[in-house]
Amino acid sequence: MKIPFKYVLRNFKTRKLTTGITVAGVALVVFVFTAVLMMANGIQQTLVATGSPDNVKIVRKSANGEISSIIDGETQNVIRTLPNIAKGSDGAQLISNEPVVVITLNMKDGGMSNVTVRGVSPTVNELRPQMILLQGRNFNFGSRELIVGESISKRFKGAQIGETIKFAGDNWKIVGIYTTNGSGFDSEIWGDAKQLLSAFNRGNSVSSVTLKLDNANNFENFKRAFESDRRLQEFEPKIEQKYFEEQSELLAGFIKILGIFITVIFSFGAIIGAMITMYAAVANRTIEVGTLRSLGFSRRSILTAFLVESLTIAIAGGVAGLIIASLLSFFSISTLNWNSWSELEFSFAISPNIIISSLIFSVVMGFVGGFLPSVRASRLKIVDALRAG
Amino acid sequence: MKVLKLILKNPLRHKLRTFLTILGIAIAVIAFGLLRTVVTAWYVGVEGSSANRLITRQAVSFIFPLPYSYRDKILQLPGVKNVSFGNWFGGIYKDKNQFFARIAVDAETIFDVYPEFLVSKEELENFKKERNACIVGEGIAKQYNFKIGDVITLEGDIYPGRWEFVVRGIYKPKYKTTDATGMYFHWEYLNERMKEEMPARAGDVGWYIVQIDDPSKAAFISNQIDAIFKNSAAETKTEDERSFQQGFLSSSSAIITSMNLISFVIIGIIMLVLGNTMLMAARERTREYAVFKALGFSAKHLIGLIMGESLFIAALGGGIGLALTFPIIAGFEQVIPKGFFPVFQIEPVTVILAVSAAILIGVVSAIFPIQRALSTKIIDGFRFVG
Repeated sequence: MKIPFKYVLRNFKTRKLTTGITVAGVALVVFVFTAVLMMANGIQQTLVATGSPDNVKIVRKSANGEISSIIDGETQNVIRTLPNIAKGSDGAQLISNEPVVVITLNMKDGGMSNVTVRGVSPTVNELRPQMILLQGRNFNFGSRELIVGESISKRFKGAQIGETIKFAGDNWKIVGIYTTNGSGFDSEIWGDAKQLLSAFNRGNSVSSVTLKLDNANNFENFKRAFESDRRLQEFEPKIEQKYFEEQSELLAGFIKILGIFITVIFSFGAIIGAMITMYAAVANRTIEVGTLRSLGFSRRSILTAFLVESLTIAIAGGVAGLIIASLLSFFSISTLNWNSWSELEFSFAISPNIIISSLIFSVVMGFVGGFLPSVRASRLKIVDALRAG
Repeated sequence: MKVLKLILKNPLRHKLRTFLTILGIAIAVIAFGLLRTVVTAWYVGVEGSSANRLITRQAVSFIFPLPYSYRDKILQLPGVKNVSFGNWFGGIYKDKNQFFARIAVDAETIFDVYPEFLVSKEELENFKKERNACIVGEGIAKQYNFKIGDVITLEGDIYPGRWEFVVRGIYKPKYKTTDATGMYFHWEYLNERMKEEMPARAGDVGWYIVQIDDPSKAAFISNQIDAIFKNSAAETKTEDERSFQQGFLSSSSAIITSMNLISFVIIGIIMLVLGNTMLMAARERTREYAVFKALGFSAKHLIGLIMGESLFIAALGGGIGLALTFPIIAGFEQVIPKGFFPVFQIEPVTVILAVSAAILIGVVSAIFPIQRALSTKIIDGFRFVG
């Protein structure tokens, strides 16, 4: 015979404060757990969205990021001879030879930070069709004009249309603001590759080469041709999406390791809290348990009732924590990405996986915290229990 | 005296509960200590900076070089004692996961402007004499087992190609906050090869380190340096070393802030746990407290009793936690990727904060039960059933 669930609920009522405190404890732990996972997920999603699956990015093998990669003009010409490169509407190969530099700009809320400036070739609109102008116009190739990503214009002083940014001994006019739907490109500034190269006195040595494949399935074929060319052995081609995903590894990995370490320690605290509450619940209700037993409820149903009580507390806390954490998705934060040495804006991103892991996490806390006290309750001898108090 | 005895006896009434609470507090203190240590490890660069050093870099950003010719111009300014410089080399040692700073420096002056890097005279002389010599920090020497005479091979990215260096010295850190994970080699060696392979980049200097006589003139001299190169092709931005390091940190501030926040959430969680324990204890003892009051014990005694027990448990938990923090942080240091934090150790301020956190937990947890015990009338107390 089962003990009705109502009994469990009634018990919460008699010990409102203690139950409330325990639920709050679990909620806090689940909140931190979820928030950390959402942060790491947000960084990854942002950078994965940056690349396209049918674009190939070529950088120097030994480079950790685009800014420390150098590809000279000769190599760029060799790359042009490779097979499987898509052609644009005008018949030209879809290749963008991109110099990437980092400049410092003043932020709106004080302080300075690094921003990536990327020079692009005229093919860029077909290479990265996800780029949409929000305001103003595109920069003119051949003039010292720039367009800025949405999150840069939001957070940096002087990154508005009509303003000028001074670097490389010249004034660069901002003529437009673009978005790429929350990808990492939103945290960049784009201009004409040739203009940037000449301003920085770089000759024709760019940082990376991005090209579109005629078909995403032909990457292996392209890679084979690339690797068999001895002139290219210092360089390596990667699917653009994968390249940017790897750029998130250091930061996302750090947040994950630290976050999981913290939540494991946190969960000990919450489990102990649940245990204390449940032991007290058992101790306070010794006579009640004796009564239930003498009414004919089995040991197993007593065990179940107390476990259900503990799980209910944990799940209530878990859901509360999850709901608070999911509100974070409305916020985006910005931090230095250690791979590119520049600012990257990302939002907390929740995913079904995170929801499931957080709920499992809270159930485990409730189960572990409630198991021993429930066993104690179920083992009480009827006579002793009735005499207690 | 009697109250003291009761304080010591009371926690023993529910041994398991008291044990669990102490465990909970200990764990919280460990987590707190760990997080604070990560935060302070971040600030080590700032702590280790010297007030009489200025850093001059390209105004656009640190990735752009400055001409070598700036050196003499800066040296001529009054108040400038010495000028050294460095270039970030980057590159790969073995694979991309082996990270430590590799910097091309002016061999003649670098150890003069960084007196906190301790090198023996003989090793320094040997280093200066040999073109492709390098000096490595004690930290990485231990990690990679570098010995004097070993050859370190790097694969360059910013400076493409294969580069070989001979270890001619190992420097020791003077202070705890000194970074002992760097590798320093001759800028001349880099520059000569650049002249041959990439003439456009020969003569490039990454940043200048300007040693000044009087730290109070830092702002004035910084402005003077920047004024000399105003409107040139490579304008400069000069600031004292501390601000320079802080500038790097501010860009990671989102992460640091969240860690700070979390470390205080831990304290909150554990307050809930101990608060709960004390609340339950006081609830069970409602009738006892009524007896005390009836016998003539005053509110003062009851406060002492509850607060004392709470503080006793918090102190015990905090003490155990603090004692365990040290070995656990040593373990954590082994787990995190090398070179992530040049210095990773518990700062005295962390210990102070952890101790005050434990005391705070003890005090706050006692407030609710005390309030409840005091407000219960004697007659209601006697009538109370669990």
